[in-house]
Amino acid sequence: MTRFVLRRLLLVVPSLFGLLVLTFIMLRVLPNDPSAALAGENATPAQIAAIRKAYGFDEPIWKQFLIYLRQVAQADLGNSTNTGRPVSSDIARRLPATIELTFFALAFATIVGIPLGTLAAVWHNSAFDHIMRIVTVGGLAIAAFWFAIILQLVFAMDLEWLPLRGRLAVGTPEPARITGFFLVDSLLTGRLDLFWAALQHILMPALTLSLGGLASIARFTRAGVLDTLQKDFVGYAEAAGYRRSRIIWVYVLRNSVVAATTQIGLLFGALISSAVAVEAIFDWPGIGSYAVNAILTSDYKAILAVTLVVGVIYAIVNILVDITHALLDPRVAETL
Amino acid sequence: MLILKKFLRDVPAVLGFVIIVAVILVALVAPPLASVESVYDGNLMERLKPPSAEHWFGTDNLGRDIFARVMVGSQGALAVALAVVVIAIAIGVPAGLYAGYTSGWGSELVMRVTDVFLSVPQLILALAVAQLIGKGLESAMLALALTYWPFFCRTVFAETRRVRNTLFVDALEGIGASRWRILLVHVLPNVASPVIVRATIGMGFTILTTAVLGFLGIGATPPSPDWGLAISESREYLPDSWWAVTFPGLAILVTVLGFNLFGDGLRDLVDPRLRRSR
Amino acid sequence: MTAAATSVPASARAPAPALAIRDLSVVIDTDEGQAQILDHASLTLEAGSIHGVVGESGCGKSTLLKAILGVLPKRSRIAGGSIRLGSRDLVGLPGAAMQAQVRGRDIGFIPQDPFQALNPVFRIETQLMEQLATHGVAGAGRSDRRAMRAHLVSLLRDVQLPDAEEALARYPHQFSGGQRQRLLIAASLACAPGVVLADEPTTALDVTTQLQILKLLRDLAAERNLSMLFVTHDFGVVAQLCDWVTVMYAGQAVETGPVRAVLDDPKHPYTRLLLACHPDRAKELAGIPGAVPSPLRPPSGCRFHPRCPEAVPACSAARPPLARIGDGREVACVLYGAKGARA
Repeated sequence: MTRFVLRRLLLVVPSLFGLLVLTFIMLRVLPNDPSAALAGENATPAQIAAIRKAYGFDEPIWKQFLIYLRQVAQADLGNSTNTGRPVSSDIARRLPATIELTFFALAFATIVGIPLGTLAAVWHNSAFDHIMRIVTVGGLAIAAFWFAIILQLVFAMDLEWLPLRGRLAVGTPEPARITGFFLVDSLLTGRLDLFWAALQHILMPALTLSLGGLASIARFTRAGVLDTLQKDFVGYAEAAGYRRSRIIWVYVLRNSVVAATTQIGLLFGALISSAVAVEAIFDWPGIGSYAVNAILTSDYKAILAVTLVVGVIYAIVNILVDITHALLDPRVAETL
Repeated sequence: MLILKKFLRDVPAVLGFVIIVAVILVALVAPPLASVESVYDGNLMERLKPPSAEHWFGTDNLGRDIFARVMVGSQGALAVALAVVVIAIAIGVPAGLYAGYTSGWGSELVMRVTDVFLSVPQLILALAVAQLIGKGLESAMLALALTYWPFFCRTVFAETRRVRNTLFVDALEGIGASRWRILLVHVLPNVASPVIVRATIGMGFTILTTAVLGFLGIGATPPSPDWGLAISESREYLPDSWWAVTFPGLAILVTVLGFNLFGDGLRDLVDPRLRRSR
Repeated sequence: MTAAATSVPASARAPAPALAIRDLSVVIDTDEGQAQILDHASLTLEAGSIHGVVGESGCGKSTLLKAILGVLPKRSRIAGGSIRLGSRDLVGLPGAAMQAQVRGRDIGFIPQDPFQALNPVFRIETQLMEQLATHGVAGAGRSDRRAMRAHLVSLLRDVQLPDAEEALARYPHQFSGGQRQRLLIAASLACAPGVVLADEPTTALDVTTQLQILKLLRDLAAERNLSMLFVTHDFGVVAQLCDWVTVMYAGQAVETGPVRAVLDDPKHPYTRLLLACHPDRAKELAGIPGAVPSPLRPPSGCRFHPRCPEAVPACSAARPPLARIGDGREVACVLYGAKGARA
């Protein structure tokens, strides 16, 4: 098993390297005057010259790349032209908010999506199945940002059941920063009032974010279960007299879910993409809204830093997913 | 004709097809029909009026008829999506064919590049690319195409490899058939179906992403009746003028739904093996 | 039913048959119409005997087993006939009762492909235990895990699987084909059924392993006084293992009798041709001219008549029923109806 993990880690290196090359090209090579782009719109000639020196724009490309690599390794991704602070610290501060949101959304999508998809497969071609198909395809067709606005309209503005924006109401002190996840930290410090507030705030953004994911999960669970139901061992289980509920919810589900775990990794990337728009709408202080602000203010370094960070997160998630896959299906651990 | 019969039994897919046809019709018919005033020049006396017999979808903050704007907006949505998909195919399919058919250094390089592009979620990459090329609709299109071609490349690569590895291709090369002929006559037909399926689903996906970019202010610019842009512009007039936000969003929903349903149906029809998320 | 009992050439009064199938018909709805997979098939499984069911692919022998267990695929159903297990008619027994009482408990099942029948992501113990937990086993309550586990271990020993304890903790892919088949045999006997249905369990194995499995089955059947229905396409296997044999063609049962009698002196033209083609007997490679008919448009009457060298006009008029011709033998052929057997 450890060998599998090690080999899997090794596989990710070329992609990450490629990502570094790509961001390097976009950041330092392609712009007409990279040092000006990096210095920002209001930089003085002296500042631009200083940057040119520090980043080695007069040097050959491969040297520039090495400088870039060194900077990335030291988490020196430049200063944001927006906030004036180092981009890496901006991102570090905002990352937990995005992760908490994405995780919550994914958990909800999984818990609701898998049973729905399984039932749709078991009741193949029934009315439930047809409705599910249209609903899930519809879920993938809804623009997340639009759905978010509609939710805000109904639940925050009209009914006033849920707060309109943010992680906590303005003026509320944040829970002590242990993990950075408000839901967790508030429980850890025993502040149930904060937990409740944070929960109310995360509900709409998470629901919006989970929509596409839920639809996706329901769809490929359905496909996976339909596939598994054709397999010989299901026919055998039936002939051998297992109870139908056990066959479906224990034996078939486990086989189908095994294949689904790899799909969930891809889903994570889609969720992060959606998080950009969702965070912007709900004023959620994560890296998604950070990216939106960055692009609207031409904060070049921030955008590319976010790209790099998201790419790394994506790679990590994929590795975790593969490891989980190997744990669930013992045959996988012996491949690779 | 058995295929047609089979397709017609797939009700959601037929529904999707009907929707797509309807949207295309609207895109073709609406612009000449809608008057310039209703789309671009608004009657400020009529601003933010709710849906009525005169203005079916109401008016927006500049007094423009939302129904006309939504209808005309379909043109932009379809055109942009089509352009993006075509460019993505133009880059991705040859790349995939090359990488799938050969197996040397070049093939590896292409697939590694594909992996890199796929290692970052599409929207994020599109944002970064748009940043590079500058804002505006054209750059948004280019950004989306540059982030979508890897999907085509991967699909074509897999199919090409599969066909190439079958014995009959070796036999063909053995009797001296030229590479081009093999690609054209044998590989391409096999590759065409997955590409068409992915293109259809890609249309839906691109319309959605274009709307997001429009909403964020990176894609279409005012006074374009782009659906995403319309939602963004109308947002500040909530909760009172709910119609300005609702109808463009519904338009997006219905259009993308149509493409997705149809694409799914195509996928089932063309290759049940591809039935990953039916 | 009772006639079959008296025709067994044994001295004492024979016990009631374990399974009595009469005029079983199974149809399947396809896009191109309704296909009749089984056409009034009849078969009697004597208590304590091993009864082979032979036929080419598509003759309906697997469908027969599925019909008995009530696990016919979607769009197919029993269109007539009866399947008597003891005093109950399984045709018409609701699904819940089939699952709770018959499948796995009164009737055990050994599947064809040992490589696909076991769920790859679960341990052997989990899967075998499922059987016991669902039906319970005599002598141990359903929740007595230790007793059940001990029962499983002794079962694995009975099928001669080495390292029974360890085997339980392993996954299916860690066993060879022959070992997996033994596991499946053990599973079929877990709840001590009286009847066992075997669907060509040795087809996917190599010849040496085949022989071992056949011997194992014979010994187990004798030890536990099992009544076994053994489906196969191989007459050689029938000769080695079975006491009785039924030959099927295109969904119809055409001949039945004690194995030795049928093999030495086949009556039905199809049986004769089939045996003549067998590599052990044929002097040259030959087949039966013609092809197995499609179940969508079967020939009328006796389905073999288009290919039969001894066909007469009466063959296509009506399906000849299985007629007794003495010594426990039955033939479905107009050529023998005249020999004075009761219909």
